[in-house]
Amino acid sequence: MSDTQEVDIIDQVVSQEYKYGFTTDIEMDSAPMGLSEEIVRFISAKKNEPEWMLEWRLKAYRYWLTLEEPNWQNFKLAPIDYQKIIYYAAPKEKIKLDSLDQVDPELLKTFEKLGISLTEQKRLTGVAVDAVFDSVSIATTFKDQLAEKGVIFCAISEALHEHPELVKKYIGSVVPYTDNYFSALNAAVFSDGSFVYIPKGVRCPMELSTYFRINAENTGQFERTLIIADDNSYVSYLEGCTAPMRDENQLHAAVVELVAMEKAEIKYSTVQNWYPGDKDGKGGIYNFVTKRGSCEGAHSKISWTQVETGSAITWKYPSCILKGDYSNGEFFSVAVTNNMQQADTGTKMIHIGKNTKSRIVSKGISAGKSHNTYRGLVKVNKKAENARNHTQCDSMLIGSRSGAHTFPYLEISNNTATVEHEASTSKIGEDQIFYCNQRGIGTEEAIGLIVNGFCKEVLNQLPMEFAVEAQKLLAVSLEGSVG
Amino acid sequence: MLSIKNLKAEIEGKKILNGLNLEVKAGEVHAIMGPNGAGKSTLSAVLAGRADYEVTEGTVDFDGKDLLELSPEDRAREGVFLAFQYPIEIPGVSNTNFLKTAINEKRKYQGLEPMEATDFLKMMREKMELVEMDKSLTSRSLNEGFSGGEKKRNEIFQMAMLEPKLGILDETDSGLDIDALRLVSEGVNKLRNKERSFIVITHYQRLLDYIVPDFVHVLYKGRIVKSGDASLAKELEEKGYDWIKQEVEANS
Repeated sequence: MSDTQEVDIIDQVVSQEYKYGFTTDIEMDSAPMGLSEEIVRFISAKKNEPEWMLEWRLKAYRYWLTLEEPNWQNFKLAPIDYQKIIYYAAPKEKIKLDSLDQVDPELLKTFEKLGISLTEQKRLTGVAVDAVFDSVSIATTFKDQLAEKGVIFCAISEALHEHPELVKKYIGSVVPYTDNYFSALNAAVFSDGSFVYIPKGVRCPMELSTYFRINAENTGQFERTLIIADDNSYVSYLEGCTAPMRDENQLHAAVVELVAMEKAEIKYSTVQNWYPGDKDGKGGIYNFVTKRGSCEGAHSKISWTQVETGSAITWKYPSCILKGDYSNGEFFSVAVTNNMQQADTGTKMIHIGKNTKSRIVSKGISAGKSHNTYRGLVKVNKKAENARNHTQCDSMLIGSRSGAHTFPYLEISNNTATVEHEASTSKIGEDQIFYCNQRGIGTEEAIGLIVNGFCKEVLNQLPMEFAVEAQKLLAVSLEGSVG
Repeated sequence: MLSIKNLKAEIEGKKILNGLNLEVKAGEVHAIMGPNGAGKSTLSAVLAGRADYEVTEGTVDFDGKDLLELSPEDRAREGVFLAFQYPIEIPGVSNTNFLKTAINEKRKYQGLEPMEATDFLKMMREKMELVEMDKSLTSRSLNEGFSGGEKKRNEIFQMAMLEPKLGILDETDSGLDIDALRLVSEGVNKLRNKERSFIVITHYQRLLDYIVPDFVHVLYKGRIVKSGDASLAKELEEKGYDWIKQEVEANS
């Protein structure tokens, strides 16, 4: 096919409307715009937090003031004016909710529209949901059933009051506020997020899921998620997210910390569909997130699966610190960029314990004029005898104006390590599309089919209920990108 | 069923087809032979709707429809099937999933509901048996790591599944050893019936020993310059194409 035809095709497939771009009209209780010690105190007071929490926030804030925004990333970022962001916005009327009946019907409707029913009988069986709207958690479903098994699943603001000892012990233990610019900012101003604790020997009886929705204008979302899996426990957790279409960029700077004790396993999946901006690159979410898990105990396992289709910029490296002997870290990623989107994502696998194993499978798909970067670090410490890593890093280009980049870093300090890296770059061929066309499959379906085939290894890692969603999402985000 | 009149087509300004005429009736098998560069593969590409070929003149009527007006996928849904000379690999997409998508897209076009999973699997089994397709090939990624013979057999299997009105075989014999050639041909023969027509494009006569055509046409410089029955293929095998070329030059 000639170049001009190819370009037409790409333009068509890349210009699909964002389906979740609506806004909810609801009265909000917001902090004044801008960031200061006052704001940090304001947020802490809103949450009625214990003194130690406020102190921690203030330390983080003061530390943040000494930092400069990082600039090593492989994308262009216009300076962010941190004084033009609203750091706290919550729907009014939320006093203390005892049951779902008290949730504002407007909010319930919003989540229904997003396909997230908070009414338990309508929920997918086997999935408990925590719904976060702007700065607060609205509702958590199936709490009672989970409590029977001793599983704690609630908003982190609630955990601060109900289980302060757990929060105090683990918050910042995996991602300290000193870790990086955005983790410091998050520690200062985080407003809500999910908290999970799985007691010893318990296999969490259902999938846990948090759904994040940014609604209010000019606000940033700074949630914090903390998941602790005690000895011999198992949990599978999934997060999803959407935001309205707005012309300005909105910042989402979350922190996720996972702690897996001896023989515990945490499976963390993300289907990220923040508003990506329009096709000229106006608006969209800046998704700058710090996610890290610590395999504290021997034989523990942490597995990250991410399907990243949204956001104007995605900048994150869900990582595993493999402290326990025989611990195991996995990272499965699909990152799709289209139009003017940019992504710089990957993982860090830090091998500390003996006989630790890690596996990285990254699939990057770039269409339109977008750029997609894989950046990954595999580090094997001196004492990490017999560490093993396998990295597979595949890029797919759609059209001729997109870019794929790969930056694999290796730091190996122990010569018993086995580290393998495979990489490939391919282009969706016009031949492949024509072949599908000739069998009666239209171009958009063909791209969906080819892309899903390319990502199969990663999609197979998602919980069943979400794998189908993710497949559709991939097809939709590339709609209009080839023809 | 298929009526091609005065078809002219070019690629990147280079004229390939120069007024081609061909009538194919339901149930007939037409072989198109010719020397390299005569336009054989261009004919199949134009009929299937490859976008890099530009049709400058002529008409193609397919069952009362203007074929040239239809998109490639609609041509397929109307019943045109092209068995590719070089079948394409699609990693990660199973044959089964690919065919299910293709069949359901066609059904949607016809206003039908998607096929029930059990009916689909039953059909798969039947057609696999019919064309002696190895079961393991259907669960593997489409054509990925298939041998040349397996790829061609898979084309015939897909044809069996999609049940087209017109099957175009584009140099299906190329790169096949004699056993694979026999298997592929047997598959095609089983799909022959009163309704279904075939255009068999080949450089060599040997394929036509297995798939015996009703008509043989010689394509040269973008036109059909000689037509006959199956015996014409034998004559070409013995004498080559030079005598045809000379005949054409003498007449022009």
